[in-house]
Amino acid sequence: MKRVAVIDYGMGNLHSVSKAVEFVGRQAGLTLEVSVTADPDRIRRADRVIFPGVGAIRDCMGEIRRLGIDRLVAEVSRDTPVLAICVGFQALMEYSEENNGVECLGLANGKVRFFGDPLIEEDGERLKVPHMGWNCVKQMLAHPLWEGIPDNSRFYFVHSYYIEAAPSEKVAGITHYGIDFAAALSKGNIFAVQFHPEKSQDVGLRLLRNFLNWEGAEA
Amino acid sequence: MALAKRIIPCLDCDKGRVVKGVKFVDIRDAGDPVEISRRYCEAGADEITFLDITASSEERDTTVETVSAIAGQVFIPLTVGGGIRTLEDIRTMLNAGADKVSINTAAVHNPEFVREAAQRFGSQCIVVAIDAKKVSAEGEPDRWEIFTHGGRSPTGIDAVDWARQMVACGAGEILLTSMDRDGTKAGFDLALNRAISDAVAVPVIASGGVGNLQHLVEGVQEGHADAVLAASIFHFGEYSIQDAKRYMAEHGITVRE
Repeated sequence: MKRVAVIDYGMGNLHSVSKAVEFVGRQAGLTLEVSVTADPDRIRRADRVIFPGVGAIRDCMGEIRRLGIDRLVAEVSRDTPVLAICVGFQALMEYSEENNGVECLGLANGKVRFFGDPLIEEDGERLKVPHMGWNCVKQMLAHPLWEGIPDNSRFYFVHSYYIEAAPSEKVAGITHYGIDFAAALSKGNIFAVQFHPEKSQDVGLRLLRNFLNWEGAEA
Repeated sequence: MALAKRIIPCLDCDKGRVVKGVKFVDIRDAGDPVEISRRYCEAGADEITFLDITASSEERDTTVETVSAIAGQVFIPLTVGGGIRTLEDIRTMLNAGADKVSINTAAVHNPEFVREAAQRFGSQCIVVAIDAKKVSAEGEPDRWEIFTHGGRSPTGIDAVDWARQMVACGAGEILLTSMDRDGTKAGFDLALNRAISDAVAVPVIASGGVGNLQHLVEGVQEGHADAVLAASIFHFGEYSIQDAKRYMAEHGITVRE
């Protein structure tokens, strides 16, 4: 049996994530115990940890710090596979421009930047912000989480801020929307995605299944 | 390689049943929103919109159960609209598994509700539904007003101003329905859609009037829609989602294959 902890720091809808993981578990014949929790002991005991997030970064970081999730994510990622999703990914970076500037966890190097208003595509087209809908992810490196997922598959995104990873980071996937940004990042036991695998139909479910099967980075 | 324009089938539900039913080949239950949502998802729908038209609030528990059942089987975004009046209504639907809620009349009665909702739950899950009707006379510059109660009650509010105001309050997306075109199969009100889409930074979903696939293309190319919503052309089996995507792709529109 695998224990999956979806970290709940009170910021919105985590049901989509847990429902998708449960569905994938049933499909793959895995016995899972999925909990949506802020309990540090449960999170420490989990075999897989999911670090989601929606909403404004200042509120998210406030709750993450208040509940001690910042130290916990750093701790569990040393020996447990962690999947960070959307604002969960953004929270891993050093700093976000949102809400007039917010210090984040600094577990990965780089910044979170605003797409811009207006955001203009290279051909002059004005792009809507938030970046909402299905866009292609170009895989930049081989990773167990990409297994069975065709390169340039479309995943579902909804965000107004994007990751600008430092050159030292391993960007696992890039997406183009006005500019190229990090749609996925690999950092040891952490795999972080800007898109929502739980809302990305077959390719998203496949990524979640790959995550459940992933034993983490080789030391 | 660009962001795909979205195709969104809409299910109108009354007491947990899809109104009028949906004609799919060998579907077991033409009125079951869970089965229909699953079929649309498999057929390549980019999102599902579930519009609750249940009149009495006592029967809304059924809606919550239905939303929860859909969310357990359908892993594309799910928007729930109809009767969303309080922050508690939003919480209930998000907890049931909705990804977004669509607010309509409650926003007209109290615009601050949209601001509170966006602050509490994030703009990404707040869709504001706008029902607009043309009020300018022949020869005058185009002008549209917001209508409530299924297009019967005028509010005197200019539709373009209203869209701007709702986005300033934190709406993350606009679901725009032309009450002149709704149910006519004559195509979207393209001038209305373009006026609003060009006025706001957030995505606009065009709705009301789709009768054929060319209408979907026009909605994107002339109406500047980011997504197109349709009910009857899909429900009654005239066209499949794949027919629509193929047609749009042939006309140069980026879609998710």
